[in-house]
Amino acid sequence: MDQETANVILIILLALLVLSAVLAVMIRNLLKAAIALAAVSVVLTAVMFALGSPLAAVLELSVCAGLITAIFISAISLTKISSAEELAAKRKARLKRFIYLPIAAVLLGAGLLLCWPSLRLDIANVASGNLSVQTAFWNVRQLDVIGQIIIIAAGVFGVVILFREREEK
Amino acid sequence: MITIFFVAAVALLFLTGIYALIASRNLIRVLISVEILTKAATLMLIFAGYLTGQTALAQAFVITLIIIEVVVIAVAAGIVIGIFRHNDSLDTRKIKNLKG
Repeated sequence: MDQETANVILIILLALLVLSAVLAVMIRNLLKAAIALAAVSVVLTAVMFALGSPLAAVLELSVCAGLITAIFISAISLTKISSAEELAAKRKARLKRFIYLPIAAVLLGAGLLLCWPSLRLDIANVASGNLSVQTAFWNVRQLDVIGQIIIIAAGVFGVVILFREREEK
Repeated sequence: MITIFFVAAVALLFLTGIYALIASRNLIRVLISVEILTKAATLMLIFAGYLTGQTALAQAFVITLIIIEVVVIAVAAGIVIGIFRHNDSLDTRKIKNLKG
């Protein structure tokens, strides 16, 4: 595949990413919003693969598109579903609140295009490391790994405490 | 040339997340907005790794980020369910037990 085709595919993926993110915040139904969020993760996985980061992509797909969607769906199903009248009233109010989002996006895009020639994003003289992911993860960032273990333990204890059944008096 | 598209995508994701965080009144939607902000950060990290040629280090950071993200969402979802059981609502305007 030549460079131009790869760039076109990346641009299409980026457009899909933004579109599914906007859908995730705009869709009325919370379950569909959670599924749109999973779609964001799936498209982000494809972008990661295209940019040469397969390990992070696999973790993104399994954890963010799988586990987090399951957490969201269980949280939604454990909370109350509103009646049809309430939903209709909320829909009108939410559309009114989100009316400024396209305006803000257009302003941001225009500002970015105007500022682009003067922005300096060149990254020069960066030593390109020959690290493998395993070395970077287990040897270079050892403190991160310890931090992650502590965070996972804290999360597990947090969830156990939050979902603990109250003892009957 | 592709850089501008990546910067624009990150900026748009960030804008969408921040805007939804401010405009949403449902706690689950607030969590979805936080997720979208994290996606923007993930995309920027991966693209920075690609630009600098240090994809291994970028992947190590992203793996850390994903683990923190899932723990935050799991605990936050538990808190949201607890708030719902206590207040019978997910509306952020009705959660004012500590106000004043």
